[in-house]
Amino acid sequence: MIQAIGLRKRFGALQVLRGVDLTIHPGRITAMVGPNGAGKTTLIKLILGLVRADSGVLRFDGAPINGDCAYRARIGYMPQIARFPENLTGRELIAMVRDLRGPFAATDDSLAAAFNLEAHLDKPLRTLSGGTRQKINAVIAFLFHPELFILDEPTAGLDPVASSLLKDRILAERGQGRTGIITSHVLSELEELADDIVFLLEGKVRFAGGVADLLRSTRQETMERAVAELMRRSALEVA
Amino acid sequence: MSATAKVLKYDVRDLVRSRWLIGYTLFFAAVTDALLRFGGSAEKALLSLVSIALFVVPLVSLVFGTVYLYNAREFTELLLAQPVNRRQLFGGLYLGLALSLSAAFVVGVGAPLLLEGGVDAAMRGPAAMLLLTGVALTCSFTAVAFVVAIRTDDRLKGLGIAIATWLAAAIVYDGLVLIAVMMFGDYPIERPLLAVMFANPLDLARVLLLLQFDASALLGYTGAVFKDFFTGLGGTLVAAAALAGWIAAPIALGLRAFQRKDF
Repeated sequence: MIQAIGLRKRFGALQVLRGVDLTIHPGRITAMVGPNGAGKTTLIKLILGLVRADSGVLRFDGAPINGDCAYRARIGYMPQIARFPENLTGRELIAMVRDLRGPFAATDDSLAAAFNLEAHLDKPLRTLSGGTRQKINAVIAFLFHPELFILDEPTAGLDPVASSLLKDRILAERGQGRTGIITSHVLSELEELADDIVFLLEGKVRFAGGVADLLRSTRQETMERAVAELMRRSALEVA
Repeated sequence: MSATAKVLKYDVRDLVRSRWLIGYTLFFAAVTDALLRFGGSAEKALLSLVSIALFVVPLVSLVFGTVYLYNAREFTELLLAQPVNRRQLFGGLYLGLALSLSAAFVVGVGAPLLLEGGVDAAMRGPAAMLLLTGVALTCSFTAVAFVVAIRTDDRLKGLGIAIATWLAAAIVYDGLVLIAVMMFGDYPIERPLLAVMFANPLDLARVLLLLQFDASALLGYTGAVFKDFFTGLGGTLVAAAALAGWIAAPIALGLRAFQRKDF
């Protein structure tokens, strides 16, 4: 679904990506993990066309991402921070995104129903709690049957009920052959979702492959411990 | 409907409910109303209004514009993740803000003028010019605010640049012109001063407005000297064209920065 070859990106003095090679396979869920500043969000923004690479190639379904915006109709994105125009209502916000997607985009409101959002949709967004805004954020990401959904720290700020509803949804999407990229700090949370894992450290991919492979090669039982082991090894390499 | 119009539609809906924008409208309504009631003649009231508008409109456009764009940063990213191109999104965001601020100014100033039986026939031209110039200044300084906010990621720094821009255009500029006139007053400096005037949209607007009144004493040095140039249709057109350039240029710069930006 996505192929990256030698992606490099510098922000001022900070070299955020130092040659990232990566393949995201269709029909699978990829967990993108790594410490703060490892380049996860930058990589996601590159895929979305929000940031442009200094060098390297990035392809979506074989076609290079180069400023044309049509491919984004196939992507659903849930940003880390749910901050919307203060005086619009949730319903207006959803209508706005729907308008932008065009009249022919088939929509799916089932997540809004599952979250029981109806009572909150007519209040100004500034009056809603962070958790409720995050639910609306998730609804927008899954509104258009995205072939690829990208969720940046999706469960931060969600209560356990909403969080597990979202996970159900993610697994249901995978069941229909859709592809997902999820970043999270809470690795235990990705355990039940991820098929593949990409571990980024200091702008480079340190591990990419199936979760089972990771557990085997690090001889650990959980993803959290396996990633901790990866980080330990990287630190040893440096030292 | 293009993406520009769609973004514009929801943007305006958000902005007309903004307390700050409502406050801005009410401010001009209160000031206009008070000046009309207690300012003596309609001409005096309008002249005072011109001075106030020339200060407040650029300041509010710059500060509100940068703050608005910074607050919309995460939302802009969400919109950019939709199948919308950057040019259209920029158009929607800019027009949404410029039109809302312009409408607030026009309603704030215009409503009291109309409600109080209108202004007498002689003052209709100046009143119309005040509304037009106010809109032009709003469009120009909102565009400058966009350039600042798009090119500066640090909010505090961006806000500082916006305020410094306002100080430069509204205050420092006048001081520098005055110093130049004092120092070189013995030389024929009319032409250089004319060129200087085109470098400041605020000064252009001031000359355009004050020429509508019989009050060239208020013009400041540049205006007084060039009354000859600007009375008559030709001069007004040149000044209006220059003002239009002060709207188009920052829009073009802002769009370019927006298209190249890493969000």
